[in-house]
Amino acid sequence: MITPLSPRGFPLPSSLQVIPGTEGAQAAYPYYTQFSESDDNRFWFYNSMHFPEPMSAFDMVTAEAAYCALGASNTRVHCLPTTLGIDHRIINGRVYIGGNAVTDPAEIARRTEEFQKRAFYYYANWEKLYAQWREKMMKLIQDAQALPKPELPEFEPLAHVHAGRGVASNHYLLDTYQKTLEGYFRMWHHHFEFLLLGYGAYLTFFGFCKKAFPEITDQTIARMVAGIEAEIFRPDDELRRLARRAVELGVDTVFQQQVSADDIIRTLQQSGESGRSWLEELETSRDPWFNINVGDGFYHYHRAWNDDLSMPFACLPEYIRRVKSGESLVRPIEKLRAERKEIIEGYRELLNTDEDRAAYDQMIALAHRVFPYVEGHKFYCEHWYTNLFFNKIREFGGLLSAQGFFPATEDVFQLTHYELEMAIIDLMTSWSNGSAPRGPAQWPKIVAERRAAIVEWAKHVTPPALGPVPDVIDDPAIVMLWGITRESLDNWLRADGGADSNEVRGFAASSGVVEGPARIVKSADEISRLKKGDILVCQITNPTWAPIFQTIVAAVSDIGGSMSHAAIVAREYGLPAVVGTGNATARIKDGQRIRVDGGRGIVTILD
Amino acid sequence: MLSTEVIGWFADIGLDDRHHVGGKGGSLGELQRAGITVPPGFVVKTGAFERFIRALERKSPVRSLVAALNGEDLAAATASCAQIRTAVEAQELPFEVLDEISAAHTALSRDAGETPVAVRSSATTEDAADASFAGLQDTYLWVTDLKQTLQRVRSCWASLYSVESVIYRRRRGLPEGDVAMAVVVQKMVQARAAGVMFTRSPVTGDRSVVTVEGSWGLGSAVVGGEVTPDRWVLGKITGDICVREISEKLIQHVPLSIGGVETVAVAEDLCRAPCLSDEELQALRTLARKVERHYGRPQDIEWAIEQRTNAILLLQSRPETVWSTRESTPVARPSENPLTHVMSIFGGKR
Repeated sequence: MITPLSPRGFPLPSSLQVIPGTEGAQAAYPYYTQFSESDDNRFWFYNSMHFPEPMSAFDMVTAEAAYCALGASNTRVHCLPTTLGIDHRIINGRVYIGGNAVTDPAEIARRTEEFQKRAFYYYANWEKLYAQWREKMMKLIQDAQALPKPELPEFEPLAHVHAGRGVASNHYLLDTYQKTLEGYFRMWHHHFEFLLLGYGAYLTFFGFCKKAFPEITDQTIARMVAGIEAEIFRPDDELRRLARRAVELGVDTVFQQQVSADDIIRTLQQSGESGRSWLEELETSRDPWFNINVGDGFYHYHRAWNDDLSMPFACLPEYIRRVKSGESLVRPIEKLRAERKEIIEGYRELLNTDEDRAAYDQMIALAHRVFPYVEGHKFYCEHWYTNLFFNKIREFGGLLSAQGFFPATEDVFQLTHYELEMAIIDLMTSWSNGSAPRGPAQWPKIVAERRAAIVEWAKHVTPPALGPVPDVIDDPAIVMLWGITRESLDNWLRADGGADSNEVRGFAASSGVVEGPARIVKSADEISRLKKGDILVCQITNPTWAPIFQTIVAAVSDIGGSMSHAAIVAREYGLPAVVGTGNATARIKDGQRIRVDGGRGIVTILD
Repeated sequence: MLSTEVIGWFADIGLDDRHHVGGKGGSLGELQRAGITVPPGFVVKTGAFERFIRALERKSPVRSLVAALNGEDLAAATASCAQIRTAVEAQELPFEVLDEISAAHTALSRDAGETPVAVRSSATTEDAADASFAGLQDTYLWVTDLKQTLQRVRSCWASLYSVESVIYRRRRGLPEGDVAMAVVVQKMVQARAAGVMFTRSPVTGDRSVVTVEGSWGLGSAVVGGEVTPDRWVLGKITGDICVREISEKLIQHVPLSIGGVETVAVAEDLCRAPCLSDEELQALRTLARKVERHYGRPQDIEWAIEQRTNAILLLQSRPETVWSTRESTPVARPSENPLTHVMSIFGGKR
C-alpha cells in the first residue's frame, strides 16, 4: 500500500491505494472527503489522535461537524491571523487532515486587527462568557434528552387525533433525526467557541517558560496550570467514592473481578437495606458523571459507562481492596493545591529579573483564567452530548433493523448520515402508504461489505503523513491541538527509515523510568487484556481509561501532546508516560519487554 | 579549640573572612554556618603565611624578587620561581605557627577520630581571578600524619610561586604585597560515591534544574575527568528526575594506606549500577537549593557520600561563573495590556 517516499517527505496522497476489495466502502464517504489530484501539493497528516481506528460511514459525521466548527471559529469568528480551518480527507477509513495557513503579511495584519477585537473581548470577559457557555451547553443537553424515541405505531394514537395534532408520527422520525443531527453540529460549535483561545493563552505561558527555563519539562508547566478539581477527574473520583461506600455499607465482598455488573446489581438488590443504599449512591454518580465514554467519544462503539457498567465495575474490586488496606482514596485537594502554589512560586523566584516576574504573573494569570474551559469542555461535549447523540442514532438503528433494513441495531452506523436520512424517509413513506419499505433489499449487502472493509482496513498500517514536508509548521491550531512540529515530522520520517533502532521517541509526558512487558491495546475492547505490571502501548491514551492506570506501570501512545488528558492522568497516578511517538503500536510487539523513560520521552525495546 | 590569627575553625569563619581564610576556606565555613554538613576541619590562615614569609624574607628576598620580574621573561621567572619554591619547601615553620597547626591537627584527630586529612590551597584573590587560579593551586588527598600535613601546607604556599601563577600575576600587574595563601586542612571522607553538582544546567544555563554527576569512590576521579560519571538532571523545584544517564564506570579512586590515592577497577556488578539512589538524589537537591539560597546565586558544589554512614557531605561550593557572567536580559517584559502576550502564539512571529 505504501509507495516510495517523495524526495523530502511522505508518500503522496495519489500514491495511496484504496485497499483492493474495499472500493465500495471507500465510495460511501462523500465526494468532498475523497483525495483529489491537487491534494498532492499539500501536506497532510493522519489524525490518529482523534481517529485511531478506521471509521465507519456514519461516524465520519464527527470529523465533519468538528472541522466545520473549528474552521468557522478560526476563519470567520475569531479571525486567527495566521491560520484558517482544517481540511479533511478519508481513505481506507483513515482521516487525514491539512491546515490552511495565512502567509501574506498584509492579510495577516488585516486579520490581526479583527482578531484583537474579537479574541481579546473573549479573554477580557472570559468568566462571564464561560458561565453563559455552560448554560447554553446544559440547554443543548436537555434539548437532546427531550427528543422523543422514534416510533411508528400501527394507528396514530387517538389522543393525537382528538387533540387535532394534524401531523402524523412518521413526520416526527425525520424531525427527530434532523434535530439530532442539528444538535450535534451545534454542539461542535460550542466546543470550539473557546478552545483555540484557551490553548493559545496556555501556550503563551508555555512558550515563556520554555524560554526562561530551557530544560523545564512540559509536564511541569502543565502542573502549574492544571485545575485540581477539573471535571475530567470526577468519574474516577466517583468510582473511588463508590468503593469507599461499598466498604462502609459492608457490601464490598459482592464486588468480584469475574462477576458481571448485572449479577452484582442483582445481588445488591437482594441484599437488603445496605445493598439498596449502595445502588442509590450509584445512581447519584451515574447522572451525570457516568456519561463518559470508554474511548474519546468519536466512535459509536465507545460506549459510556452508563450504557456499559462493565468498565467501571471492573475497576471497583481493586479500589475496594485499597480502601480495605487503609488507603483513603480521596484526592488530597489541599495538598495538591499547596504543591501547585509552591511550584508556581518556586519558578517565579528563579527568574532573573523583576520584568520577567511581572510578565510571568500576567501570563500565568491568563492561563489560569482559560484553563477551566480547556479541561472541562470535553466532559460536556465529547462525552455527555456525544453519548446522547449516538444513542439516539442507535434508537433509529433499532427501529430500522426491526423493519428488516439490516440485521442488527448497530448496523445503522454503517450508513452515512445522508444515507440514514434516505432510509428514514423510505420507512416514513412505506409506513404512510402501507407498502413494504425498499430498504431491506437495499442495505444488508452494503452493510456487510462495509463491515468487512473496516476489518480489512484495520489490518493495514497507514502512513503517519502524506505529501511534502513543510519547512516550518507555524499553524497554531495544528501545533496546539496535535502537538505536531517540524521535529515530530522528522522523527516520523526517521522512524520510517530506521526501523532497526531499538528506540522509540515521543513527548515526555510524565517522568519516571520503568521496565515491563508491552501490552498493545488497539481498541477499548482490549483493555481487559491488561495485567498488573504491564505497560500500556496504544494509539491514544484516554482519560476515561483512568481506572486502568492503577493496573499498568507506564503508558506509551502514538499520538498526543503533553497536554493530552492521558498525560494528565498519568501524572496524577505518578506513572511514566511517553506520548506522541507516531508509531509505537507498530514498532513494539505485544509482550516485548520495554523501558519507558517518561522524563526524556524515550521508549527502549529491550527484547 | 579557639580560632586565632593562625588557625580558623570552620565554625568560626565565613565568606566575609575570605581575606584571611581564602575562598575555599570561607566557603566551607559559610556552608557549616548555613547548617550544611561538611567534613570537619580548620584553615591555616593568611596570618600564618605572613609570619612564615616574614621569617623566610629575613634570610632571602621573596616578594621583591617576584615584583621585579617581567611577565614576558619566562626564563627569568622560571629560575626565580624554582629558587623561591625550594626556599619555601625547606624553611622551618615559625614556632607559634608550628605549635598552633600541631595543636589543631591533634584536636581534629581527637574530635574526628584518627584520620587522614586533605590539604588544599585556598586563595584570597577575587572571584574571577580565583576561577582562573583554581587549576593552578594544589590539593593533597589522604595526608596521613602531622609531619606530612606540615609539609603539604608548605607545598600549598609554594604553589603561589609556581611559574604559571607568577606569570599570571605579573602580566596583570597584581601587587605582590597583597598575595597570600590560606590552606584548608580537612578530614578526608571515605567516599562510597562522590561527584559534583551544579544548581543550574551547564548546557543551557537553566536555573530550574540541578545537574548531578557522580561515580564510585573518591570525587577526584570525577573532577579529574578519569571516569564518565553517572548524570542526572533534576527539576530544582519539583524534584522530577528528568534525565538519568547511567554510564559504565570502569575505575574509581580509593585511598592508599601510605597516603594519597590510587586508581582501581570497579567491581563488575557495580560498573553499570547507578552510584546514587533516588532518595540520595533528592537529598542532594535539597542541599543544592539550601546552598544556592544561602549564597543567593547559582553554585558549583562538590559532594561525597560517606562509606560507613551513608551521610551526605559537601566538600566545596563556589559560585558558578560561566553563565552568571553572561548578561541576563528579560525573556519577556510585562505589557500594559496583558492580552497582547498571546500574539506570540497567534501573531505568526515565531
